[in-house]
Amino acid sequence: MTSPGNPVALQCPVPLEANDRVQLGHGSGGRLSAQLVARHFLPHFENPALAQLGDASIVNVTGGEIAISTDSFVVQPLEFPGGNIGSLAVHGTLNDVAMMGARAVCLTAGFIIEEGLSLDVLDRVIVEMARAAREAGVPIVAGDTKVVERGKADGLYINTTGVGVIDPTFRPSPTRAVPGDVILVSGAIGRHGMAIMAAREGMSFESAITSDSAALFPLVDNLRATGVDVHVLRDPTRGGVASALNEIAVASLVGIEIDEGALPVPGDVRAACEMLGLDPLYVANEGVLVAFVPASGAEQALSALRAHPLGEGAVRIGAVVAAHPRLVALRTALGGTRVVDLLPGDQLPRIC
Amino acid sequence: MKYLSEYRDAEIAKALIARIKARATRPWTLMEVCGGQTHTIVRQGLDEMLEGAVEMIHGPGCPVCVTPLEQIDKALAIAARPEVIFTSFGDMLRVPGSDCDLQQVRARGGNVKIVYSPLDALALAQRHPEKEVVFFAVGFETTAPANAMAVFRARELGVTNFSVLVSHVTVPPAIRAIMEAPDNRVQGFLAAGHVCAVMGYTEYEPIAAQYKVPIVVTGFEPVDILEGMAMAVNQLEAGRHEVENQYVRSVRRLGTEPARALVAKVFELADRPWRGLGEIKMSGLALRAEFAAYDAETKFGVSDIKVTEPAACRAGEVLTGRLKPPQCEAFGTLCTPERPLGAPMVSTEGACSAYYNIAKYRTADADAVVSAPARPS
Repeated sequence: MTSPGNPVALQCPVPLEANDRVQLGHGSGGRLSAQLVARHFLPHFENPALAQLGDASIVNVTGGEIAISTDSFVVQPLEFPGGNIGSLAVHGTLNDVAMMGARAVCLTAGFIIEEGLSLDVLDRVIVEMARAAREAGVPIVAGDTKVVERGKADGLYINTTGVGVIDPTFRPSPTRAVPGDVILVSGAIGRHGMAIMAAREGMSFESAITSDSAALFPLVDNLRATGVDVHVLRDPTRGGVASALNEIAVASLVGIEIDEGALPVPGDVRAACEMLGLDPLYVANEGVLVAFVPASGAEQALSALRAHPLGEGAVRIGAVVAAHPRLVALRTALGGTRVVDLLPGDQLPRIC
Repeated sequence: MKYLSEYRDAEIAKALIARIKARATRPWTLMEVCGGQTHTIVRQGLDEMLEGAVEMIHGPGCPVCVTPLEQIDKALAIAARPEVIFTSFGDMLRVPGSDCDLQQVRARGGNVKIVYSPLDALALAQRHPEKEVVFFAVGFETTAPANAMAVFRARELGVTNFSVLVSHVTVPPAIRAIMEAPDNRVQGFLAAGHVCAVMGYTEYEPIAAQYKVPIVVTGFEPVDILEGMAMAVNQLEAGRHEVENQYVRSVRRLGTEPARALVAKVFELADRPWRGLGEIKMSGLALRAEFAAYDAETKFGVSDIKVTEPAACRAGEVLTGRLKPPQCEAFGTLCTPERPLGAPMVSTEGACSAYYNIAKYRTADADAVVSAPARPS
């Protein structure tokens, strides 16, 4: 084949780089594929490991244990107030690694792109993704792109895998909650899920609810620096705080009691939830963590969270109890009690 | 939020609870008619706080709970058709029909969408002229005006690929049916504020007089409900039986005239079966003959689907307060929130599902007495 830099050389009538949309040819492994990678991905994801474009990237990891997490992102719409599928794919996986107390060292990203996706949209996703990774200080060292026929995917799916290094002295785990632990959340809940819902349904409020999507490692690092023995860390994503607490109650065989009045639900999230008949406790978060700490370290942990902008709104929401193991109970503002159960499936908007 | 935070004020609520307890010389049995009120009562644990003074029976006012199996099966049959986009309010998706629910129809390839308003379904029909868009018009007098509006607008706009599967019911005949039941325990009603915001409350005046039962038109926030209970208990203690309006900030005696007029223009009274209660004469709404073109039942030929309710499900007795959910043989065994047999186990505010959660909590508590100290830290 001829080099594209030589205008007089003979050329087969290969398709020109297709205008403004992803075509099946972008996934062919041929020139369009190379262009897609070279023009759209590499400039943003640039780092030495990726630049070698080998079949695999080689990364230095210091001795000891590593934490690995993988997650696939299929969110619709692809772009939403506060982020897009790209930044979410970085934050989501980094946060899963961070919840093990591990410091992330690299990420990989796989893209499944539907034929016809606008290249502008793809570029914006990549730019945000690169920004999120850069801000977290974690390089994207390996990647893959596939293009599937129109109708075989919903615009764009991204899978990311994160690798982190474990600190042997800091080992939070969902099984370590014990009666007496104090439960903290790092900030306002329900924002991501309601931002997506509002964007999806075309609902407009006085001001847009923005997703809280953010990398939580700085908060984890602050907690670690206190020396407090953090028993459990969890980012309450799908299923929200309610589901995360239920999983912990089961994994640790303890009861959990939370105080409705203490839950940090922002006014706009509350209003949107009420309009749609949803419960903010079950709405997804992407930039909030839940921490279980011994009562003796609670104040210290709370100050450590509040010392970072992401944790300014950190509050204590409840405690672990020996009573009713495996169940999460909520003390209502009026002093009543109700069980906060796992939902059988998706949260469905209520009629009345 | 103005007109909202005041009605959630814990101090006011606690004062009302104390007042009800002080006033009640014996335990009174009240029924809240509406599922929205049940939701507040269960979520706030109001019934637990009033133990000994007021027993609340969760009434048949949850549209999810009373839509008959037959209508669900019709919905499933229509939703499975390839040319149909079937639209519904969210919580109807999990209501079990004879052999599946709408979510399963969707998994098998049916096009089922959640909408928040019937007018969104109409807009969907305009965007997809190649499809038949059907809206599942369930609910009480509250949802009726918007559903009437969708049908009315569809005719005005000449949209022919839109139709509604109607399963509308009305509150007053249900109250009568409960009062007529030979073993009725209900001594007073909290009527649904939003239903009365549309319809007014003149229909309830003869019922209160005939059955000598207090009826208090009540709102949905904790303070509303407690105030409604206090008013009902006051009447019972004084031997009065009137219609009183707690929800004065939204409800006028004659309701909202334009909404009532629109409902009357599109719908007419008809006999309707209620899940668990059976057929109640003139208790529902059906499309008037001039809007027959928008009736999904005839459009898709499903009118002849006839189903009998599962015998093991005693939802009817639960909805009328004659049976407490744990007394049902299927409760917690054959019938759980994951695999509901009847509708009151489906909706989170359904009476059976509410009891299921409380029962789990109390059982776990009893377990804990034995198991808790054993756990090492």
